[in-house]
Amino acid sequence: MKSSYQHIQTAHCENGVATGLLKYHGLDFMTEPLMFGIGSGIFYIHIPFLMVNGGPAVSYRSMPGWIFSRTSKALGIKVKRKKFSNEKDAYEYLNHQIEKGNPVGCQVGVFNLPYFPSEYRFHFNAHNIVVFGKENGHYLVSDPVMETFTTLTEADMEKVRFAKGPLAPKGHVYFPEHIKPVSKEQIQKAILKGIKRTSFEMLHLPGPIVGVSGINYTARQMRKWRDALGQRKAGLFMGQIVRMQEEIGTGGGGFRFIYAAFLEQAYEYIPNEKFLVLSDEFTKIGDMWREAAITMGRIFKGRLNEQKDFLQSADMLDEIAALEKAAFKALNKIK
Amino acid sequence: MKKEDIPQDQSALTGVTRDVCYVKDKDGKYTTDLSIGWQVKKQALDNAWEDIHERVKEALEKVRRNEVSPIVYFMELKLMDIPLLSSYTGFWRWTIKRHFKPSVFNTLSDKKLMIYAKAFDISINDLKNFKE
Repeated sequence: MKSSYQHIQTAHCENGVATGLLKYHGLDFMTEPLMFGIGSGIFYIHIPFLMVNGGPAVSYRSMPGWIFSRTSKALGIKVKRKKFSNEKDAYEYLNHQIEKGNPVGCQVGVFNLPYFPSEYRFHFNAHNIVVFGKENGHYLVSDPVMETFTTLTEADMEKVRFAKGPLAPKGHVYFPEHIKPVSKEQIQKAILKGIKRTSFEMLHLPGPIVGVSGINYTARQMRKWRDALGQRKAGLFMGQIVRMQEEIGTGGGGFRFIYAAFLEQAYEYIPNEKFLVLSDEFTKIGDMWREAAITMGRIFKGRLNEQKDFLQSADMLDEIAALEKAAFKALNKIK
Repeated sequence: MKKEDIPQDQSALTGVTRDVCYVKDKDGKYTTDLSIGWQVKKQALDNAWEDIHERVKEALEKVRRNEVSPIVYFMELKLMDIPLLSSYTGFWRWTIKRHFKPSVFNTLSDKKLMIYAKAFDISINDLKNFKE
């Protein structure tokens, strides 16, 4: 059994699955940047006191699943989601969908994902793939970070769908329902709504740890790391920031470039020159995130690091935060 | 980032997949292209693995000195921590900590060892006759 799902490769897995599924159901205009922008994929949070893999807990993204849900809602589409308490029900449900020829999104853990490079196989549970068929006992899989289709055995599929730990997938399966044609007005409205929401979340959510002020918070912490944790640990912390920031799917620079591409595409729907100006601004900000990553990289390159490198990295983050604040304020004004 | 500036540094991705990057083409329009890796990212990942290898080595030495049970070694080897091991096995966190003691570990039933073996994706023999 196999559906005619077309593989697409994207920068971020959730964008890829969501875009691919909507395209499969006939919404040909959908692109990764539109999905990401309308679904307000950009976010920032630094959770104090919490450690992830022995480093600081920072996230550059909105909650897993929200991009697809928000974009679908804005376009009048419903996303059907199902989680399971046992493996058997989850297995039967997935097989049933495949037999119906319905490609579905699956949330999986990457630790047991055999086709992933072993260096990337951490206990990270918010990865997304599309399962679109089954042949000779193997599931046919379209993973948006891979260049082509892959497959998974039944045993592997059960392992990755029932990975444990934070954000455990619990067999989570999802797909769009009741898809109607989408009008240009709907897309225009959705674009503006997505922009307003991202601006709100980055500028106005209360507290010092989220949005633009969260970036400042990370900068403040960073200045203290070397004295508080010692050279080695501080270096590892910095490495964790860079991995969270620039790794597959999550990102500082990467996300800003997708957002800049989104603004460029927004201009095609809403011809307001400001979108192009701000698209350039986000390209610039994205370049700065990457430069900050290079500066941070100097710290963990060798065992020996200097306080001035920590200070410089923190200053760069503050500078980025200031520019993002101005850019989101300007975006928020576009009607 | 401009298309010609995409880093192409050998990395763990090489031969498996490539990263999609959003970049500006020569007309200043956004397009996508693929990168085989970026030195900065590779360094960060290598760094994290170096730390993991060190922790595994430390755990191994402790097991050899009979200070902790092999569970600690396999927990580190499988990149787990106590909360994660707890959700895979269903044991309470303090129970797991007790099982870290060699004296307690040696009295564990095969049934309990089986649960650990399954969580670590190893055979029960690897736990009982620990040789690494």
